[in-house]
Amino acid sequence: MARIELSEIAHSYLPNPKEELDYALKRIHNTWEDGGAYALLGPSGCGKTTLLNVISGLLTPSSGRVFYNGKDVSGLPPEKRNIAQVFQFPVLYDTMTVFGNLAFPLQNRGLPSSKIAQRVHEVAEILDLTPFLKKRAAGLAADAKQKVSLGRGLVRRDVAAILFDEPLTVIDPQLKWDLRRKIKEIHEQLKLTFIYVTHDQVEALTFADKVVVMYEGEIIQIGTPQELFENPEHTFVGYFIGSPGMNFLECTLDGNVARVDGAGIKLDEETAALGRNARGKLEVGIRPMYLELSSGPVENGVPAQVRAIEDQGSYKIVALTLAGKTLRARLPEGKPVPDGKVWLGFPLQRIKLFADGRLIS
Amino acid sequence: MKVKKKTIGLLIYLGLLMIPLYWMLNMSLRSNADILASFALYPKDITFVNYLKIFTDSSWYMGYVNSIIYVTMNTIISLSVALPAAYAFSRYQFVGDKQLFFWLLTNRMAPAAIFALPFFQLYSEIGLLDTHIAVALAHCLFNVPLAVWILEGFMSGVPREIDETAFIDGYSFPRFFITIFIPLIRAGVGVTAFFCFMFSWVELLLSRTLTVTAAKPIGAIMTRTISATGLDYGLLAAAGMLTIVPGILVIWFVRNHMAKGFALGRV
Amino acid sequence: MGKWSNNKAWFLVLPVVTIVAFSAIIPLMTVINYSVQDIWGPGQSIFVGTEWFEEMLGNKRLHDALWRQFLFSGLVLLIEMPLGILIALAMPKRGWGVSACLVTIAIPLLIPWNTIGTIWIIFTRPDIGLFGAGINNLLGIAFDHTARPLDAWITLMLMEIWHWTPLVALLAYAGLRAIPEAFYQAARIDGASAWSTFWYIQLPKMRGVLTIAVLLRFMDSFLIYAEPFVLTGGGPGNSTTFLSIYLVKIALGQFDLGPGAAFSLIYFVIVLLFSFMFYQVLQRVGKGEKG
Repeated sequence: MARIELSEIAHSYLPNPKEELDYALKRIHNTWEDGGAYALLGPSGCGKTTLLNVISGLLTPSSGRVFYNGKDVSGLPPEKRNIAQVFQFPVLYDTMTVFGNLAFPLQNRGLPSSKIAQRVHEVAEILDLTPFLKKRAAGLAADAKQKVSLGRGLVRRDVAAILFDEPLTVIDPQLKWDLRRKIKEIHEQLKLTFIYVTHDQVEALTFADKVVVMYEGEIIQIGTPQELFENPEHTFVGYFIGSPGMNFLECTLDGNVARVDGAGIKLDEETAALGRNARGKLEVGIRPMYLELSSGPVENGVPAQVRAIEDQGSYKIVALTLAGKTLRARLPEGKPVPDGKVWLGFPLQRIKLFADGRLIS
Repeated sequence: MKVKKKTIGLLIYLGLLMIPLYWMLNMSLRSNADILASFALYPKDITFVNYLKIFTDSSWYMGYVNSIIYVTMNTIISLSVALPAAYAFSRYQFVGDKQLFFWLLTNRMAPAAIFALPFFQLYSEIGLLDTHIAVALAHCLFNVPLAVWILEGFMSGVPREIDETAFIDGYSFPRFFITIFIPLIRAGVGVTAFFCFMFSWVELLLSRTLTVTAAKPIGAIMTRTISATGLDYGLLAAAGMLTIVPGILVIWFVRNHMAKGFALGRV
Repeated sequence: MGKWSNNKAWFLVLPVVTIVAFSAIIPLMTVINYSVQDIWGPGQSIFVGTEWFEEMLGNKRLHDALWRQFLFSGLVLLIEMPLGILIALAMPKRGWGVSACLVTIAIPLLIPWNTIGTIWIIFTRPDIGLFGAGINNLLGIAFDHTARPLDAWITLMLMEIWHWTPLVALLAYAGLRAIPEAFYQAARIDGASAWSTFWYIQLPKMRGVLTIAVLLRFMDSFLIYAEPFVLTGGGPGNSTTFLSIYLVKIALGQFDLGPGAAFSLIYFVIVLLFSFMFYQVLQRVGKGEKG
């Protein structure tokens, strides 16, 4: 089990990187606490697999250092760092039985066979694989195979961290939930450092205690699922998390009012003051569930046009046009939706102001 | 830069591969008298007299011409008959389809030696002995099954929905096949043409048995030279070098496709 | 989605069937005809039943050729398979080296088979060949592939390996490239040695292509004609007379139609047996890879 520190990591796949765009990882500097359940969340191409490979040692970063429990492991390959990795598709030794697969890492370490057998049985028990031990690994279903992959990591008692690279990709939808729950259970049981890479926010938010959001090679926010939802520090976090994501409107500041193409959204004193001192493109952000819809004019309400309504069962998504831009509101089931022209209410405390994509606070 | 052991091994192997070829090149650039007179690691007096003889003596250069003629004929025939057949195997189930496919495969495996005499008699009987078409047809025995096999594989990669859409849109089968389907399997047609061409080009037994003078391929001319006394090694070497040229040209042109084809497996 | 069921598909295969039947069935009919007749002149023959078959099956020369053939094909597999795999393992995975290697390795495969024989005659002659002269002068061995059977066999094996190992290497290389990088990463993480990685990951995953390689090489070496014929003509004596060479000698050389035909059929049956095995194994391997 290890506490992993990434110090000033930057990486480019090109031999002679010149500008920022050439870097897959721009500047990563953070700590992964021992025993934490982390999700590394981000869209495809943001660099999360690159970062995972830097952590595991499969990739040596162009610059920066990696520390495990204070020890500099930057020069060490994965096998010396003692990490384990579960890949997007099951990676097994086809010709071996499940027992053979689980025993393999221990055999390579030279453990006596009695110890190996004992440990393999322990891990198989945890993963519900005991009835399959004598079966050929190649014949199992995809989710069982992923468990075997996980097992090969757990079998080493002193494993530093277990890294998951989108492990549910090839699993059937009905089984995804089961497997995700199992992984969470194992984390609670063993308290190992788990780092789970995914582009699916639902997976990330349900699995992790702390979510690390990445965008274009940088970590833009680390926080609990609640923190990410309530206080996104970057417009991307606001947009990516939540379904649907946060609404953004470009605006200019006029006293206490954010002006969006003629319409005015009232801000509270604090936010307005911060906005006045900020530099760069200003955007107002609000989550769809906080937008209030009224058929008649309300104080501080902003007129908008209803374009479409999607009924999702327990809630409805209403698409609206405001000053030429599309907004989405999320209403609970049963709440009537006015037709045509409506007035939007922006509750003061729910409005977030962003400058150049970053939350002003 | 560390040079790995395996890279050294690989380079040694590649070197060994090239040495016999280099040696023949060496011989081809020396006159026969020079070769027999002294042993030399490289041609001290380079001469093109051997190549000149081949290019000017019709009994030699016609060999190449003949080979190219029947190889091209064979490739065209093989492709033309294999394309519809491969389509049938790929898309349709019909009585005896598996057995037919297996039978085709067995022909590919058949020893050419078995057919040497029967072909000789058959083609003399129908008066086609010593013609290009005879060799082209004889090679069909091996190339057509191979062509069907390769093309069927590529065709199966094209979803049947495309065929169905075209038929619904009113395409007649020939029009669909030529304007839509074949372009989709371009790579397969290329691979097949390549294998047909090369197999027909390298084959010796049948091409020698079925020809006398008019359609004699270069391979037969070279082997004929062996039985004569006073072997001209320089000439033989030059003739040999020239037979390698089409092969090298073809590989050179498809080298990127080859590399890509091997890399694709990784995705 | 299943195939469409339609017997009209026969029209599409008709051209293929016609051509291959013309090239295969008619000659075979001839062969079968000859194999049961004793022909001593045009239009003069008597039916002799299985006489030729019995004679050929008991023919010592045929047995010798058969054993030589098995020895040859066996040696071919024994040497070319491991060598081809080793080469494939050594070949670069990316960069300009890939096409350079592929091109160089492919060259021997595209040389006409008689030229192959010619190359090696020139190369191994003691008077003008680099190899021949080298062995004779540097090692003092009187090497002559036209005089001693052992020398002929050594030259033949060198030529064959030189010629066809690239095919095994290319197939093995294709198989290796199809293995996702993740397997190598997992093996490193599990602390596997290079040998373990080869034995537990690479070799099993190359099963398909290696099966194809084994069967192709066995079949093609079993039918070999041109290269040994050009190199040694089957000699010295009979020492390199393999099945195809012997058959052509009888049929076209001596014009012994009867025995030649009987031999052809025996030869063909042996080949058919192996073809059938080939087909079955390929089908099973194909299914196994999808599973």
